[in-house]
Amino acid sequence: MTLSQPTPVDLIPSVSKDPWWQNENIKAAGLFALSLGLFLLFWEIGARAGWFVKGVPTATETIKELWWWVTNPFYNNGPNDLGIGWNLLISLRRVAIGYILASLVAVPVGILIGMSPVAYKAFNPYVQLLKPVSPLAWLPLGLYLLRDSEKTGIFIIFISSIWPTLINTTFGVANVNQDYLDVANTLGSSRLRTIWKVIIPAALPNIVSGLRISMGIAWLVIVAAEMLLGTGLGYFIWNEWNNLSIANILVAIFIIGLVGLLLDNLFAALEKFVAFGRNS
Amino acid sequence: MRTAPVNSYLSADAPSDTAQLSIRNVSKVFPGKRGLINKISGKTSRDFVATQDINLEIEPNTFVSIIGPSGCGKSTLLNMIAGLSSISGGEILLNGQPITGPGPDRGMVFQNYALMPWMTVEENLRFAIETVQPKLSVKQRDRIIKEHIQLVGLVGAEKKHPHELSGGMRQRVGIARALVIDPQILLMDEPFGALDALTRGFLQDEVERIWEQKRKTVIMITHSIEEALLLSDRIVMMTRGPAARIDEILEVPFPRPRNRETIEQHPLYHELKAEMESHLYRETRAVEEARIRK
Ligand SMILES: Nc1ncnc2c1ncn2[C@@H]1O[C@H](COP(=O)(O)OP(=O)(O)OP(=O)(O)O)[C@@H](O)[C@H]1O
Ligand SMILES: [Mg+2]
Repeated sequence: MTLSQPTPVDLIPSVSKDPWWQNENIKAAGLFALSLGLFLLFWEIGARAGWFVKGVPTATETIKELWWWVTNPFYNNGPNDLGIGWNLLISLRRVAIGYILASLVAVPVGILIGMSPVAYKAFNPYVQLLKPVSPLAWLPLGLYLLRDSEKTGIFIIFISSIWPTLINTTFGVANVNQDYLDVANTLGSSRLRTIWKVIIPAALPNIVSGLRISMGIAWLVIVAAEMLLGTGLGYFIWNEWNNLSIANILVAIFIIGLVGLLLDNLFAALEKFVAFGRNS
Repeated sequence: MRTAPVNSYLSADAPSDTAQLSIRNVSKVFPGKRGLINKISGKTSRDFVATQDINLEIEPNTFVSIIGPSGCGKSTLLNMIAGLSSISGGEILLNGQPITGPGPDRGMVFQNYALMPWMTVEENLRFAIETVQPKLSVKQRDRIIKEHIQLVGLVGAEKKHPHELSGGMRQRVGIARALVIDPQILLMDEPFGALDALTRGFLQDEVERIWEQKRKTVIMITHSIEEALLLSDRIVMMTRGPAARIDEILEVPFPRPRNRETIEQHPLYHELKAEMESHLYRETRAVEEARIRK
C-alpha cells in the first residue's frame, strides 16, 4: 500500500447513520414527555369532570401551587405557616445530624466487626434482630428517653440508618480479596498499615453502597417521623392534610421525591468514584 | 520406555552448603474436617496430604521453574516458600534461616496480578517500597520507583489505574512491584497464565531481559514447556498429587542471553522438550484415569 492512495472512505462504516429520532435517549425522552403529558391531561380532565373524589385539585392548580411554593421558599409566619424551603432545611438538618452520627458509629464498628470472625458471630444476632424493626417503633422510646421531639427525630434517623452501613461495612471488610492481604503480608506490612492502606480502600465500594442505602432510609423515615414531631416536610404534609389542601400535599410529595433523587445521585456518583473498575 | 533423562538428578536433592534456599523434606497436610459438629452433620473429611518429602536446593542467581500436572501442589509449595502457608513437615531455609512467615526478602508475582485497584501504577509500587523501607527519603524512593517503571517498560502509564491497563501491562506492574523492594528471591505463580499467547511471548522476553540485568534467584511455576526452557536454568518436574513429590530435575544448559529462535537450534532443546512432554503426559494421564475411576 502506498501512502498516496486515498483512504477508501465508503469502506469505513459510519458510526451512526440513523436519523436523530432513532437515538435511544431521544426516544426515551420522547416517551417520557408523552406519558407525562397524557398523565397530566387525564388528571386535568378527570379533576374537572369529577371522576375522582371531591376536592381533588386539577393539574394546573397543583402546578401553580408548586410554582408558588418554589418561588416563595423562605417565608416564616410561625410554625404552621412556614415556607417549604425552611421546612426542607429543617428536615435536611435532622437527617444530616442523625445520619452522620450513625455513619460515624457504623463505619468504625463495622470495620472492627468485619475483621474478626468471632466479633462477627457475637454481634450478628443484635444486628439481625434490630434491623427489621420499623423505625417508628422507636418513636415512643425516643420520646420517653430523650423527652424532646427534636432529639427524638434525630434519634430515629440514627437508629434506622445505622444498620445498612454497618452490615455493608462488615461484609466489605470481611470479604476483602485475599490476594490484597497476601500482597500486604509478603511485604511485611504492619496490621495498622494494612487496615488503612488495604482493607479500608478495598472495602470502600461496599461502605459507600451501605451509606447510600442508609441515606435512602433516613430520607424515607424523616418524613414519617416528622408527622408526629412539629416542623419539617413531614409536618408540612400533616399540616396541609389538616387544612385539607391536597394540592400542597402533592407539591410536598414532589419535592420530597426530588430531594431524595438528588441525594441518591450524589451517592451514586460517589460509588462510581471509589469503584476503580470494580463491579462494573 | 522413557527417553534417558538428560542431566537429571534424583528426587532427593543432596543438601548443599552454598544454596540460598533449601527445601528439606517439606510436606504439606491440609487438615480434614473433624469435631463433633461436623460428625453430626456428616461433613467430616480426611486429612489431605498435598506434597510429601520435597527436597530442593536452589543456588543463588538461578532461575528455577516448577512444572507439574494441575493440582499437584505447585502453588502450595510456592506459598510455603513465600511464608503465606504453614509448613506441615520438614523445613525451608533461606540463607540457612528457617522460614516462619512472609517477608520482604521474597518478592511475589501473582497469577491474577493482585494489584490494588484504587492505587495508580506508581502508587502500587510506592505502597510496596514504603512498607518495606519506610526510612528511605522521598527522593530516593521516587528514583527507585522510576527506575523500576522504566525496567518493565511502563513509562507513560505511571498515573493510570490497573483497570485502565491491559493484562500484559498489569503483570508488568506486578513484576515491578515485586522487584521494587529488591528481594533476594522472586516467586512467580503462573505469572503469564492469564495472558494471551502473543502477550505471553512478549512478557517472557521481558522477563529474560530483566533477569539478565538483575540475575536474581527466581522460582517460577508454569504450565508451559517452552516458557520453562526459555527462561530456566533448572526445571523441577513434580509428580501428580496427592503426596506429590519431585520426580526429576532438568538442567538447562543453553547459553545466555537467550532468545526463542536460537535456543531451538541448541542440540539439547528437543531432547529436553520431549523429556518434559512425556513426563507431563504420563502424570496428567494418570490424574485423568484416577478421576474416571472415582
Ligand atoms: N486450603 C486448602 N485446603 C484443602 N486442600 C487444599 C487447599 N489448598 C489447596 N488444596 C489442595 O491441594 C492440592 C494442591 O493444590 P495447589 O493449588 O497447590 O495445586 P497447583 O499445583 O498449584 O495446581 P494448579 O496447576 O491448578 O494451579 C489440590 O488438590 C488442592 O485441592
Ligand atoms: Mg496453582
